[in-house]
Amino acid sequence: MNISCFGLSHQTANIEIRERFAIADSALPKALLRLRAIEGVEEGLIVSTCNRTEFYVAGTVSKLAPARFFEEFYDGLQSGDEPHFFGLWAERCVHHLFRVVSGLESMVVGETEVFGQVKRAYEAAVLEKATGRRLNKLFQKSFSVGKQVRSSTAVGRGSISVGSVAVDLAEQIFGKLDGCKVMVLGAGDTSEKMARSFKARGAHQIFVSNRSFDRAQVLAQETGGRAIRFEEWEREFSDLDILVTSTSAPHSIVTVEKIAPVLRRRGDRPLFMIDVAVPRDIDPNVHRLNGVYVYDLDALQSMAERSMEARKQEAAGCDRLIAKHVVEFQNWIEKSVNPMLGRGTRLASAFSGSGGTTSAIRQLPDEADSSA
Amino acid sequence: MHLDFVGSFIFAADQVWIWLGAYCFVLASAYSAYTLIAGKFMAPRLTFGLVVAGFICQSIFLGIRGHAVGRCPITNFCELLTFLSWSMILIYLVIGSSYRLSLLGVFTTPFAALLSIWALFQPEPQAVLVKSPVNPWLEAHTSFSIVACGAFALAGLAGLMYLIQERQLKTRRPSSVFFRLPPIRTLVVANSRLLWLGFGLFTVGLGTGFMIGQDVDWRKVAWSLVIWALYGGILLARTRRTMAAKWVATLSIIVFGLLLGTFWGIRFISDLPPVR
Repeated sequence: MNISCFGLSHQTANIEIRERFAIADSALPKALLRLRAIEGVEEGLIVSTCNRTEFYVAGTVSKLAPARFFEEFYDGLQSGDEPHFFGLWAERCVHHLFRVVSGLESMVVGETEVFGQVKRAYEAAVLEKATGRRLNKLFQKSFSVGKQVRSSTAVGRGSISVGSVAVDLAEQIFGKLDGCKVMVLGAGDTSEKMARSFKARGAHQIFVSNRSFDRAQVLAQETGGRAIRFEEWEREFSDLDILVTSTSAPHSIVTVEKIAPVLRRRGDRPLFMIDVAVPRDIDPNVHRLNGVYVYDLDALQSMAERSMEARKQEAAGCDRLIAKHVVEFQNWIEKSVNPMLGRGTRLASAFSGSGGTTSAIRQLPDEADSSA
Repeated sequence: MHLDFVGSFIFAADQVWIWLGAYCFVLASAYSAYTLIAGKFMAPRLTFGLVVAGFICQSIFLGIRGHAVGRCPITNFCELLTFLSWSMILIYLVIGSSYRLSLLGVFTTPFAALLSIWALFQPEPQAVLVKSPVNPWLEAHTSFSIVACGAFALAGLAGLMYLIQERQLKTRRPSSVFFRLPPIRTLVVANSRLLWLGFGLFTVGLGTGFMIGQDVDWRKVAWSLVIWALYGGILLARTRRTMAAKWVATLSIIVFGLLLGTFWGIRFISDLPPVR
């Protein structure tokens, strides 16, 4: 009884290769049938995302070389495909799946999307009755491991894109954003993304101002906001909470002289300014004013990079947690191989290495794990 | 003689509740600080449970003392500090949930523990065991004033949290702690409301103090009025928008420091017994 994984991912193959082997959701039922038809496959499951296509199988098929497995499944391989495949057996396969579900194998470490993708892949396989006792247990275990990794470590914490860093900061300044008034100056790509991010987090008073009023109207319509003429944006400033600037003005358009009188009327309401323009739209001295926080592109980028670094460091701790669960799963497999086996006997056999009671998982040699 | 002996025994035994309370607060502080700094998952119920347990211990202590002296148990410096700590936790439990309870606790519990430990090291006068007739004005004066101090303590702590958040935002390198503390706007609102609550209670406490009908130590009165005026000034400046939130937060810490110093210093400048 063996569990194994054959696949290719962003770590082994570029996008041109990955898209050739990707399997669309609509094609999954047929693909699962095809997988089950391969000799030696007793249970099967396919995880196909933009970053990976992986086949999890239980059965004697695990003895196959990865390239051989791909040849069996796909109609034909091209020369040069082989080095992109990998094969993982037994505990390494289990460990790999737990890492995938926890987001540790993702391009953006700690991302959560992959959890849902694997879950959907599992549901599709269950629907097609392609899984059995072993894969059911394995995937259910992987979901609980993924949840635990996210809740008990910091691997998913901290934003890793400029837009989400800015929105997170805004939430740490104002709390909920639904009562915040947001103004976007300049209707370029970056400000559009920012406006969408703020809207997604609950801000519903969005004002867009741009030198081209038509462009401002388009963005305002897309974000459910209101367009205002560029000459009039200063009038809306006194009760503003968040300002996003990305104009192409050659000099600062928001200065201490403009802001200081407005601040006196605002009382203790903080003002958060995000300057994503180059050259900058906001005079750096504005950040020195009480209750005003100005973040430019460099500051946001640096925060995103630090979060990414922190996530990578946290991944080591996650591996220790995952290793514990791999052992638990191994124990379950051992029990299921021989339910009458006592704990003492299992331990004795593990130390003595006698073949009679050693689990199937332990019988597999380490060198079985290979890239084709 | 017999009463003195029984009294000594009761006073010695009931201090164990302050110890237990302090122990709960120290545990809650250590756990909260560890989870906050290490970026680990915080179980809010654990912190909350420890705070409630500490509060119950303090309540038992104050209950025993109140029963023994037949009045609000603020007859010596030990009781005063315990009552102050108890008031602060009471307000924290009542309003804390509005401001991310467990995280405000990170700052409240160490302070409560400190006050409890300070209380434990105070000498215990025995004379107060003799029950005297209860003066309701005196009871109202002491209890309102101390509960007001509890509110001012929390205002100071909210101010401290605000300054930490403000500093992190200004440096543009916020740490993980920044994302786990309450939003800066929430802290401004909490600080302001606590100042108003404390000011209202303190005003009632001062007002009832003039109705006691006993000898008045004008040095204590003058000092109390200075504190009242300082808090009034902060609130006035805030209402008229002439003071930035950063300065309101800073002053709420400084003035509370003065208030706390008063508890200790008043014993040296006053001719009358410390509280009664």
